[in-house]
Amino acid sequence: MSLPFLLEIGTEEIPDWMIERSVHQLKEFIEGLFLRENLLYGQLRPDATPRRLVLRAWDVQAQQDAQHKTIRGPSEALARSGDDYTPAARAFLARNNAEEKEICIETTSKGNYLAIRREIPGRYTVEILAEALPSLILQIHFPKTMYWTGKTGPRFIRPIRWIVALLGHDVIPFELAGVRSGNVTSGHRRLGSARIPITIETYEQTLRDNFVILSYAERHRMISEGIAQLGIERRPDYLELQQTLAHLTEFPTPIVGDFDSQFLELPDEVLTTVMRHHQRYFSVQGRNGELLPKFVAVMNINADPEGLIRRGNERVLRARFNDARFFWQTDLRKMLADRVEDLAHVTFHAQLGSYLDKTNRVEDLVRQLGGDKHAQRAARLAKCDLTTELVKEFTELQGVVGSLYARAQGEPEEVCQGIREHYKPESMADYTPRSVAGRLVSIADKLDTLRECFRIGMAPTGSRDPFALRRAAQGVVKVVVEGHVEIRLADLINSVPGLRDFFEDRVKFYFREEKNYAYDEVNAAMAAGWDDLLDLQVRLHRLQKIRPTPDFEPLAASFKRIKNILRQAEFTGGPFTPALLDPGPESDLFDEINRSAGQPIETVIGALRPKVDLFFDKVLVNAPDPAVRANRLAMLHNLLKHFQTFADFSEIVTNS
Amino acid sequence: MDSFQDIIFKLKAYWAERGCIIQEPYDVEVGAGTMCPETFLRVLGPKPYRVAYVQPSRRPADGRYGENPNRLYKHSQLQVILKPSPDDVIEQYLGSLEAVGIDLTQHDIKFEEDNWEAPTLGAWGIGWQVMLDGLEITQFTYFQQCGGIDLDVVPAELTYGLERLTAFLQVKDSVYDIEWAPGVSYADVRLQDEVQFSVYNFEMADVETLWKLFDLHEREAARLLAAYPKSEVKARFPLLPAYDQVLKCSNVFNTLDSRGAISVTERVGVIQRVRKLAVGVAHAWADQQGAVR
Repeated sequence: MSLPFLLEIGTEEIPDWMIERSVHQLKEFIEGLFLRENLLYGQLRPDATPRRLVLRAWDVQAQQDAQHKTIRGPSEALARSGDDYTPAARAFLARNNAEEKEICIETTSKGNYLAIRREIPGRYTVEILAEALPSLILQIHFPKTMYWTGKTGPRFIRPIRWIVALLGHDVIPFELAGVRSGNVTSGHRRLGSARIPITIETYEQTLRDNFVILSYAERHRMISEGIAQLGIERRPDYLELQQTLAHLTEFPTPIVGDFDSQFLELPDEVLTTVMRHHQRYFSVQGRNGELLPKFVAVMNINADPEGLIRRGNERVLRARFNDARFFWQTDLRKMLADRVEDLAHVTFHAQLGSYLDKTNRVEDLVRQLGGDKHAQRAARLAKCDLTTELVKEFTELQGVVGSLYARAQGEPEEVCQGIREHYKPESMADYTPRSVAGRLVSIADKLDTLRECFRIGMAPTGSRDPFALRRAAQGVVKVVVEGHVEIRLADLINSVPGLRDFFEDRVKFYFREEKNYAYDEVNAAMAAGWDDLLDLQVRLHRLQKIRPTPDFEPLAASFKRIKNILRQAEFTGGPFTPALLDPGPESDLFDEINRSAGQPIETVIGALRPKVDLFFDKVLVNAPDPAVRANRLAMLHNLLKHFQTFADFSEIVTNS
Repeated sequence: MDSFQDIIFKLKAYWAERGCIIQEPYDVEVGAGTMCPETFLRVLGPKPYRVAYVQPSRRPADGRYGENPNRLYKHSQLQVILKPSPDDVIEQYLGSLEAVGIDLTQHDIKFEEDNWEAPTLGAWGIGWQVMLDGLEITQFTYFQQCGGIDLDVVPAELTYGLERLTAFLQVKDSVYDIEWAPGVSYADVRLQDEVQFSVYNFEMADVETLWKLFDLHEREAARLLAAYPKSEVKARFPLLPAYDQVLKCSNVFNTLDSRGAISVTERVGVIQRVRKLAVGVAHAWADQQGAVR
């Protein structure tokens, strides 16, 4: 027999960003339990709202299969004495509470033994679940947990207030944190009933009748559709915001509100940040993408017939915008350039001084990188917005705010762009600065942080990287490569102990994970040097192109062979005398090497490969005559050197 | 329409009916209701306790000379402590909103994660900011640790921002337009404080004097804390006065901060100094409660 299963953990409001991962853990745990207990099951479905983590399963086996077990006793020889059983046999029976008639004989490779066969009935699933669920629920991992029943009580993300646990029509009985499992759920906090008995069949519909939409996907859809019905022309596609809202609500309903169009004089970035990040509103755009004086809020209730909620939200937004405008106007009164000295009071790091110190270093670095006067100016002003009221209030707008003030105060556009973009890229998916000044300041700012942190021994260790130095280094690589910035990275990092090795890993990571080059291609190209990342990128590109050509891999295999031969011979270079060459394959190879000198690799491998193959086929490198041998090694050494500024082909993993 | 004071009366009556002692504000300057001994010390130990009080809370850096409609140097919190937290604490809380006339079927309530933390007190908890139609009206916290001590019993702390709540109910855009009592506005009662304390905190407070005060209060608290372990009759040892000295330090620190006299680097160190004293008092207090019992 198989039954449906329902577990609903009723809690107080779970933080939106933890819901999805925790309910998936719940699913894994239940599935693991079924597997461990040899219980067959059909479909599993996790669901969640802010107040409940739910798992349903269908076609769960109601009882484990019976197990047959053989208990072996003494050997037949020891067990019988004539027709009678020996004391040993009787002791065996007594120990297992068995009677004589249950005895059977088991034949093994060692002979016959007395045995008893027992059928162990399978346990009922309801019992198994009642036993396992309390600890299984508490195993769900949350980044930050609490206790609520007292210091020694269980820990969970928020207090557990009710538990529904059903297998078929039966309650799976257990207790957790003083809560007894049952068949009573709870509806929407204001629109639904607080205590509702349910069955598995009626569960989802009963919740719906009580204004709880169990499915996250459906709530997500309700937001999209609700917004569409409001006649909103365009809105930015804030996927993350929509996900948050679908996790914050049990019955999401979007409404549209207005704000005074005089606030549109504030920069769009400030307005949308207030709406999106601080109020969780969608902003609304007109046909041409321009911001309209409207917003969309998503309520956790079904309607706002009186417009009370709309007006409430409008008032809150007005207050927020008033604040922002106050900060904007206050900040504008002071020139950005006059704020540079104030950076002396903003600590960059206790051991590394203030942001003024950093600004001075970054400015020098930008000059050293060949930055023009705009780039230098951008470097000078880049951190000034840290002292503005607006950035203190909206820290996520650092850089953006600086550029807005710079523009309002008449700085050249190139400088404004440089300030704005210098934090970019903030992740591998983020874009790189589009302006030259932005690229140079971005590189200089990140390099400065890296150099200074490494200088005082704060290199990341293992998973600990509090200053996000890996991201900074990757950012440098990304900006140099994708922004085509012609600098020699080596000149900037080699003098700091540990930094070159650190960068080597980041460069590898970048080309492998971001640019999808094969790891052996990256190793081969980098072995030929990576001081100039643009050159490295070109070589990688070429390497990737010639790799599938028929002559490449065999040639690479030969190069690996050459490298091994040289290593075994401990040969690191020596004089080469053409006169010592034998005519035939050896001379032919020499001629081919000469012919290909200075030619791009793409044009030479076709001719080179058969010559190399023939050489190895016909010529013994380890010739008996030491002079001949040394000469051959020297020629092979020269052949390798020939390509050493392009790639080390022996790093290529070949099938041959 | 309920006045500011009507709303306070109603909330106090609501919580009194649910077993809370109604306390008066603590008479030493604090930055938040949590810092009063009625919360900071009472949450320690196993003894159940329920209390509600309005606490004027001073945050020198938040002053705006009475010019900003939403920001105040001194605002009023209604602080409710329910120790231990009842199972239906959220329902009780929502009931208090209905008690002041908010029809919850007509408004949007959301509980958004916000884990409160007070480094100077060695205290933190898990909870939410409660949003009413997009406005944060309450901080709801399950205390987990206070004075660096894991709490035996978990209290729920509800902190209502009374000015915001009233502005919401009275539909006022500026806190100064709130009607405090019939015919009397919030500005009539409080605007002078806001102006004068902003001038003092931002412009005229004497930094040197404040540092001296900080040192003096710190020394006095430290002196008492050092004497406690050696005291003969612990039950009557003046830990409450020692804690007052800690509160004084905290307020002086906040004033120095608003005066721009504390660099970011120094900040961490000064917070540590206050925290050390607060944690010291909390541990001594927990010990003393054991002795009293």
